[in-house]
Amino acid sequence: MTLNPKATLMDAQDLTRALTRIAHEIIERNKGTDGLALVGIHTRGVPIAERLAELIERFEGTRPLTGKLDITLYRDDLTEIALQPIVRKTEVPFDVSGMRIVLCDDVLYTGRTARAALDALVDMGRPGVIQYAVLVDRGHRELPIRADYVGKNVPTSRSEVIKVRLEETDGADGVELLELVDA
Amino acid sequence: MTRPANGSEAMSEPHHGGDRPTPRTVLRGARLIDARGDHGVHDLWLAGGSVEGVDLGGDAELEIDARGLLATPAFLDPHVHLRTPGQEEKEDLASGLAAAAAGGFGTVVSMANTDPVVDDPAIVADLVAQAAALGRARLRPAAALSLGLKGERLADYAALQAAGAVMITDDGIPVVDSHLQRRACEYVRELGLVIQTHSEDPSLRQGGVMHEGAVSHELGLPGNPAEAESIMIFRDCEVARMTGARVHIAHVSSERGMRVVEWFKAQGAPVTCEVTPHHLTLTDEAWRAFDPVIKVAPPLRTADDVAYLRDAVRRGVVDCLGSDHAPHTRAEKDRDALRAPFGLPNIEVAFPLLYTDLVLAGDLDLARLLELLQGGVARVMGWPEPTLAAGAPADVVLLDLDTEAAVDPAGFLSKAKFSPWEGRALRGWPSMTLVAGRVAFDRAHA
Amino acid sequence: MGAATPAAGSPPTKHPRHLLDLAGWTAEQVHALFDTSDVMAQVMTRTIKKVPALQGFTVGTLFFEDSTRTRLSFERAARAQSADVISFAAGGSSVSKGESLKDTLKTIDAMKSDLYVVRHPAAGAPLQLTRWTDAAIVNAGDGRRAHPTQALLDAYTFRTSFPGYAGFEGVELAIVGDVAHSRVARSNVELWTKLGARVRLCGPRTLLPDELGERPGVTLTHRVEEAVEGAHAVMALRLQTERMAGGLLPSLAEVRERYQVNRARMRLAHPDALVMHPGPMNRDVEIEGVLADDPRSVVERQVANGVPVRMAVLYTLLVGSR
Repeated sequence: MTLNPKATLMDAQDLTRALTRIAHEIIERNKGTDGLALVGIHTRGVPIAERLAELIERFEGTRPLTGKLDITLYRDDLTEIALQPIVRKTEVPFDVSGMRIVLCDDVLYTGRTARAALDALVDMGRPGVIQYAVLVDRGHRELPIRADYVGKNVPTSRSEVIKVRLEETDGADGVELLELVDA
Repeated sequence: MTRPANGSEAMSEPHHGGDRPTPRTVLRGARLIDARGDHGVHDLWLAGGSVEGVDLGGDAELEIDARGLLATPAFLDPHVHLRTPGQEEKEDLASGLAAAAAGGFGTVVSMANTDPVVDDPAIVADLVAQAAALGRARLRPAAALSLGLKGERLADYAALQAAGAVMITDDGIPVVDSHLQRRACEYVRELGLVIQTHSEDPSLRQGGVMHEGAVSHELGLPGNPAEAESIMIFRDCEVARMTGARVHIAHVSSERGMRVVEWFKAQGAPVTCEVTPHHLTLTDEAWRAFDPVIKVAPPLRTADDVAYLRDAVRRGVVDCLGSDHAPHTRAEKDRDALRAPFGLPNIEVAFPLLYTDLVLAGDLDLARLLELLQGGVARVMGWPEPTLAAGAPADVVLLDLDTEAAVDPAGFLSKAKFSPWEGRALRGWPSMTLVAGRVAFDRAHA
Repeated sequence: MGAATPAAGSPPTKHPRHLLDLAGWTAEQVHALFDTSDVMAQVMTRTIKKVPALQGFTVGTLFFEDSTRTRLSFERAARAQSADVISFAAGGSSVSKGESLKDTLKTIDAMKSDLYVVRHPAAGAPLQLTRWTDAAIVNAGDGRRAHPTQALLDAYTFRTSFPGYAGFEGVELAIVGDVAHSRVARSNVELWTKLGARVRLCGPRTLLPDELGERPGVTLTHRVEEAVEGAHAVMALRLQTERMAGGLLPSLAEVRERYQVNRARMRLAHPDALVMHPGPMNRDVEIEGVLADDPRSVVERQVANGVPVRMAVLYTLLVGSR
């Protein structure tokens, strides 16, 4: 099996524009930054949360709190997998109780990551509101989960793969569509 | 009933294996080797339970093709545990004597640490009678040194001897009381019996399950130092010298122990000693696998000890081999290292193992190995030298020195179907054993 | 999310399937386990001290020798990750009647555990069990041989309590007391030397055979002052009073005088040296009572770290095992 590039879905500019729009939507929906915290899901959700926090600070003058969430211990497929995932540290350096939490991730697909993230968050306390922001929603949900903020909706087939690259983790910004083919 | 021409007391009781008459048998084209030398390839004729001669004429009732095989007197083993009476789940006479024959042994000396203990002439007589009817290897029981192996009171040695006992020993349990050991030696001396000792000082051995040394300290298993053996060997040899009784030191396992035996032998003390196949081939390193199959007493020692024992064998310090075949059930050996019993089954692999690891490895010549299994044992026991001369008992083993085969415990005739040498490719497998002129083991039909 | 991320670089070598001792584990794998322990320690600080990571797995505790504290620590570690736990105390009748280790295991194995935590009075018993089950085996102490999770939590406690030495380079550990009979000592020697530390073993000759000093990175001394001097951590081992009955030791007073870890002797150690004890402690025997409560003592931290370290062990051995 190999991955063949198929199309570029977003370039660096598109990506910034999408995040900027999401930042505005978060401010509007939450009526400012009061009690607002952005929590990124490892790995690429973490820089997305940081960038959104920076944009919101630029627009509102106040930087919302940020945190990092590792959902490995909450995955529902650990009994079945053959390769051990590395467990990373969760760093949510504030009490989540009563907060307006925006979970941030790069791609929304089956919804299982979001489910695990919700469980992980709820185990830390009792947030007032939890919202969900993703850069790309590619469909094929397996759970009743939807995002509150979406950078781009991309209808895909299951044989396709969405590759999000970010400056912080991959050296450059962009979203690509790849196709899984038998080599 | 047959009576060997040499008048051997030890080999003279009836050996039936059924009521049919002993067939006149010829072993065609075997290379004949015995204590007198290598006689080359001949037809060996057996009749009436004795060796009839070589290259004779006339009709044979049984023709055995022995071309390519070596024919030599069946081996003698001064030290086996047949677990009868009382522990037949481990071994019984039928399985144990069949296993002995499969190992090329025509005669074995069974130890007395059974349940009940062999300290009663009736038990000795019963063992002899039962074994004779089986037609496998001959059984010569040893009897206990102390009643019930309790180390307190002497057994009735003369009555035991009259019933057929050929050795006096508490093997398995060291005789702690030096006074008792002295009195036993004094009493047994006049009967001409040999006293065999399991020489380990229990107070120094403590709860040791393996040799005390670098490996035991690393693995955290309780150790049994070589000095527990050498100290007791010293006492046993000193009592032998003091009393003049013939004392045979069983299973010498350590360099220290062997040096003590040598020292006494040099002074002319009436002592002999044996080593086992496992002490000549395995070391305490085997414990790293934590399989209690190799748990034996005395324990497997270091590579240096093995080298020293082999050298002692070459130099003639060692009188004979004793297998110390000590079967247990698999379940008993599947206990943990502390609770598993001591002892391993080895009589079916003893010759191939030593032939492969010592003779083929260039450590020992074949004649010396055979001597350790034939004349060496006979001299310790006070029996006539086994030979293939006309008139000698027709106890013969045919050895296949060429075919290599892996040790397969599932095929053992012993009830103990496990082995530390499982899977080892060995040469020198006995292909047939005849006892009193009858086939006691035939690998082709095993 | 469905982004298939191709693995970057070569995957780290796979750790052994069982934790029988630390022989098959690399320093890198041990540090990875400690990193996971950090995450588990964080879980244990939260309101809800439980994650679903091991949901669907069953952990069996198989104790052929009593040890309530070790068993509870493992059971807590399993339940905090939502594993089911089956406890079997095998110290009772069936085993002492001579039932084989194999038969005992087969009975319990019929209940289908994914991993067994085994404590046994005989060295090697956990290794023997690996021959008769498909489940993973964690050695919770076998005879005098090994107690790997205790050594892991000891080293983890050091890593998290002694800033600047997390890499264990140049670290000197002193272990004082009944080394000969101690599985804790054997496992700590194995682990700390693997991580790059040096270990000094100290005790009377009867409890410290010369052969234990043959390992690289290990030195032996019969003088406690020599063992403690400049050490970054000093571990006192429990002294069992039966040793005196067994003729291995003279009076308690003499042992205390010559080998007790106390404040006076700790003055010779590194100024920030940690005082450790694997427990249970005989106060004022192998360790001076007040020293056990001293700020330098990390005895309670060792116990507390038992849970996250054992969580990491269970997680590491179970997840990705199929």
